[in-house]
Amino acid sequence: MKKLLSLLKNVHQFFHLLVGHSMGRIGAFLIALVLIAAVFAPYLGTVDPQASGKREDILNAPSTRHWLGTDDLGRDVWSQIIFGSRVSLAIGLITAFVTVVTGTLIGLIAGYYGGLIEEVLVRIVDFFMMLPVLPLMIILAAVLGPNLWNIILVISVVSWPTTARVVRSQVLSIKERPFVEAARCIGAGNVRLMFAEIMPNVLPLMFAQAVLMITYAIYDEAILAFLGLGDPTRISWGSMLHFAFESGVMARSPWWIGPPIAGIIVLIVGFSLLGTAVTDVLTPQYKEAKGL
Amino acid sequence: MNLTGFAARKAIAAVITIFAILCVNFIIFRIAPGDPVRMMFKDPRVSAKALELQRQKFGIDKPLSGQFLAYMKQLSRGDLGISFWQKRPVTEVIAERIPATLALVLTALVIAVVLGVALGAIAGWRNGTKLDTFLLTASLTMYSIPTFALGIILLLVFAYFLSIFPLGGIATPASGFEGFEYIKDVAWHMFLPCFSIILWYIGEYVLLTRSSMMDVLGQDYIATARGKGIKEFRVLKNHALRNALLPVVTLTGINIGFAIAGVIEAETVFSWPGAGRLVYDAVVKRDYPLLQGVFLLFAVSVVLANLFIDLIYGFIDPRIKVGAK
Repeated sequence: MKKLLSLLKNVHQFFHLLVGHSMGRIGAFLIALVLIAAVFAPYLGTVDPQASGKREDILNAPSTRHWLGTDDLGRDVWSQIIFGSRVSLAIGLITAFVTVVTGTLIGLIAGYYGGLIEEVLVRIVDFFMMLPVLPLMIILAAVLGPNLWNIILVISVVSWPTTARVVRSQVLSIKERPFVEAARCIGAGNVRLMFAEIMPNVLPLMFAQAVLMITYAIYDEAILAFLGLGDPTRISWGSMLHFAFESGVMARSPWWIGPPIAGIIVLIVGFSLLGTAVTDVLTPQYKEAKGL
Repeated sequence: MNLTGFAARKAIAAVITIFAILCVNFIIFRIAPGDPVRMMFKDPRVSAKALELQRQKFGIDKPLSGQFLAYMKQLSRGDLGISFWQKRPVTEVIAERIPATLALVLTALVIAVVLGVALGAIAGWRNGTKLDTFLLTASLTMYSIPTFALGIILLLVFAYFLSIFPLGGIATPASGFEGFEYIKDVAWHMFLPCFSIILWYIGEYVLLTRSSMMDVLGQDYIATARGKGIKEFRVLKNHALRNALLPVVTLTGINIGFAIAGVIEAETVFSWPGAGRLVYDAVVKRDYPLLQGVFLLFAVSVVLANLFIDLIYGFIDPRIKVGAK
């Protein structure tokens, strides 16, 4: 109970510092914009984003009926943007969760047990870090077939090694601290030592990694979709750019390509700013400078 | 351990990695859901016997171990199969794309590294000033914008609306340019794709050199050098930057795998006829042998580039030589 309270206090202090960080504030604001679009999509999107229009609806410039105009199939760009935010956010959040959980588990096991287990796991991580990320994702997405869950799987497969690597090096230093030895002396087993003693100390790092992984995943989904490997049943910002690029008329319809580019940049810059702020706030020097 | 031993160990590790890549490449195309022959012949009227014949033809009737041996044998002859789309050997299709990609990547990389290291060193040196904040924010922003999005913006503004640069390709078709004129034409075509790659790479080098420079500038030997009355520029160049560059070299190696993404995006947007654009074409045409071939090319290049960088590191890092004694 005492442990939980001190954890809560730390979490509170962390968010307090984060709000005080200017990059963190701007980042959170940008993310909030997209989050609102995603949550209230059915109320904000005026029409079904997938519904094709009649011939006179094709490539319309922005008007009161179509706020951001229409694409080459007469679909409403504004609604596509609003609903597309859901794809980016969902993929970012789910992938980050999968990646951070997998990476932490592997990093924890490698760092805690050491020896042969560590040797093998570190080799596997190094091998994955060596592979060219985008070609590997493309090839996997093409082979497995592009749908939302496969895209999440594909991005996770290439992303977990980064988390595993940083968690392992953190675990290596934490496991030498006296409190771990003390817990061992009073009879704590391996699982208890790993998850109850060491992992709480890795939590801040996991959080920083999660923000980083959300950023990467959004970036990766946008690229895959732009290359034509997006989920064909869900319009995302990347796939809007794919259709615009393939149509050959993107230069004549800036209202079609401008919004998805802006959306991608807002979301990715938002998360990178937040990520930088999180990393800053977590360094001991920053807390000292703020007198904590 | 001496330098030769160090080099040999790195070379063996590279060979093992390449073998592992070949295995991954083999496995990926066999975890594909569904029967490949059934996918090719969707018509239900095709008889079971005809399907069996097709399986024999492609060698997928054999057990996996036999398939793996056949695949390795094929690879050792440099045979990557036939491209579905171009109906030519994959090796041939890829080989003719390599020079264009190399030209683009090397130009972009050299410019990005030189500029990035210089700007990063200045930012680290003037740490905390307005100039530093500006360089830091600009780098973070540039690093966050996907290359393809940046490319599309550049393409529309500079090629389409302002018509300063061409819309794509590597040279003006049927221009009849020769010699210097031709090089000038290629450079003009290369500017925008190169620029969009540089803007992405450069941010990373600025951030890296900056933090590395800040570490080094806090060391005692810098204070000693300044105390001896050596001019500030020489302290920076000979004492600080030299040591700050070591982590930059290591990270260049690690990042090559990521850097390839920028090449694929820029080549796709600007129709640059290189290996990166080939990835896009292979995806759109669902040309699996070609996709597999390009993946192998990129993966093996990354391993070789890393080996090269490790060897350079062996020469420039005094600690590796000192360890020999």
